[in-house]
Amino acid sequence: MSVADAAPVQSGKAQSAAAEAIHVENLHKKFGQLHVLKGVSLSARDGEVVAIIGGSGSGKSTLLRCINCLENPTSGVIRVNGEEIKLKADSHGHTVPADRRQIERIRSRLGMVFQNFNLWSHMTLIENVIEVPVHVLGVKRDEAIAQAEKLLARVGLAEKRDVYPAFLSGGQQQRAAIARALAINPRVMLFDEPTSALDPELVGEVLKVIGDLAREGRTMVLVTHEMKFAREVATHVVYLYNGLVEEEGPPEQLFGAPKSERLKQFLRNVG
Amino acid sequence: MKRRTTLDSNPGAKLIDAFLPASAAGIFELLSPVAPGWGATLLVGLLHSLEIAIGATCLGLLIGTAGAFGKLYGGPVTRDLLAVYTTVVRAVPELVLILLLYYAGTDLINQVLAAMGYSRVDISGLAAGIFVLGFVQGAYSTEVIRGAILAIPQGQIEAARAYGMPPGLMLRRITIPAMLPFAIPGLANLWLIATKDTALLAVVGFFELTLATRQAAGVTKAYLLFYVAAGVLYLAVTLFSNLIIGRVEAWSRRGMPSVKEAR
Repeated sequence: MSVADAAPVQSGKAQSAAAEAIHVENLHKKFGQLHVLKGVSLSARDGEVVAIIGGSGSGKSTLLRCINCLENPTSGVIRVNGEEIKLKADSHGHTVPADRRQIERIRSRLGMVFQNFNLWSHMTLIENVIEVPVHVLGVKRDEAIAQAEKLLARVGLAEKRDVYPAFLSGGQQQRAAIARALAINPRVMLFDEPTSALDPELVGEVLKVIGDLAREGRTMVLVTHEMKFAREVATHVVYLYNGLVEEEGPPEQLFGAPKSERLKQFLRNVG
Repeated sequence: MKRRTTLDSNPGAKLIDAFLPASAAGIFELLSPVAPGWGATLLVGLLHSLEIAIGATCLGLLIGTAGAFGKLYGGPVTRDLLAVYTTVVRAVPELVLILLLYYAGTDLINQVLAAMGYSRVDISGLAAGIFVLGFVQGAYSTEVIRGAILAIPQGQIEAARAYGMPPGLMLRRITIPAMLPFAIPGLANLWLIATKDTALLAVVGFFELTLATRQAAGVTKAYLLFYVAAGVLYLAVTLFSNLIIGRVEAWSRRGMPSVKEAR
């Protein structure tokens, strides 16, 4: 769906001119007795960078992982590019994707970047980057390699194309993982605490790559502990507390003039 | 004094006699691959042993891969059935299983055929041997491969899911290559055991290396010579296997740093 198609049906505010890439409504997630998400709604329009912040156990990673059904939500509605993910109850009463092909198609357009990189260890960097384009999306191998070389060059890893991930630093692995996510030409990029597993001196190189992507208008949903970074690159910030959205809004408002006492406390603790 | 010498030298002479019924020339004659020698018989036996071992290992890998996935991801009924299979097969001595499956198995097939109005068939020793040993290997492989799958860093499987890989593609491109480094030492053990388990098929009259050796030794009375020769052949198979397995293992670990450096 292009921006132009969506424009007439949207109303009012300036931001709603862009189509909604991610729409999450009243999402619940229970792990057994543990109620992790208690009715969360989230929206990311094309070109927006949504940062999800919150304390440990607030459910921010779970929320992100529900968007592509890495965690199956217990209930709620998830729409990606306007298409609702079909869910059903399995024989144990767990909610699971109803249509495997649909969820695979949706996932193949969401570029996920993990806290622990999760590069495939038996593949070199270039093999990691071309894997999904070639084997899932059906791109020709030569084209995929040419594109992968550009992407690796872009994240500063051109000369490491034939190296296996285990021989690289965490920062290099995470930049390669970002190249892997970019290789599928994602509609939305999902970042799950991308710098939390990195040594402090390696955080900067990864944030720079993500920041550049944000500035060029990539749609992103980002779970992060880097408040300064969230303030710089996000267009919208969501503060989760105990499985609920406690406060959300533009970064200047959330970081500059937080209303919620809990958010003020949280910002004091992390700041 | 003279008596003692005779006593001392006698056992030694007997030993030499056992080894060398005639002379050094006699050994070559006995082991020669052409007519009066038994070399060709041993080599045919070795060939049959290898056929069984390769067939059984391939069958075992198929059963093992399916069994491991069934145990890890299957429903409760699948898991229970597989638990019974791996427990029973690993509990009963292989010789008993071979006798049971070979005689009872062929009998059962023939009874089924007879009941359906077909005539009895002779089940080839090769097919029966591969099936029986493969069935046993499958139980052990199931556990080796299950352990290897559990050793894969789960994030790599999760990444494959997150990028929309269908199950078959994920198995082929991610799960199997990622589990190989953890599975190969165990599977290599199973292969070497399979080469030696072929000897058990001698009891059901299958002409493999051990039975061939027994024939050659029985006819010529050169027991030590032929059993040592058979031992050397089994050893040669193992040494050659180690060479190949070493290369395959190094290839499967291509993405992993050397363990030595981590010491």
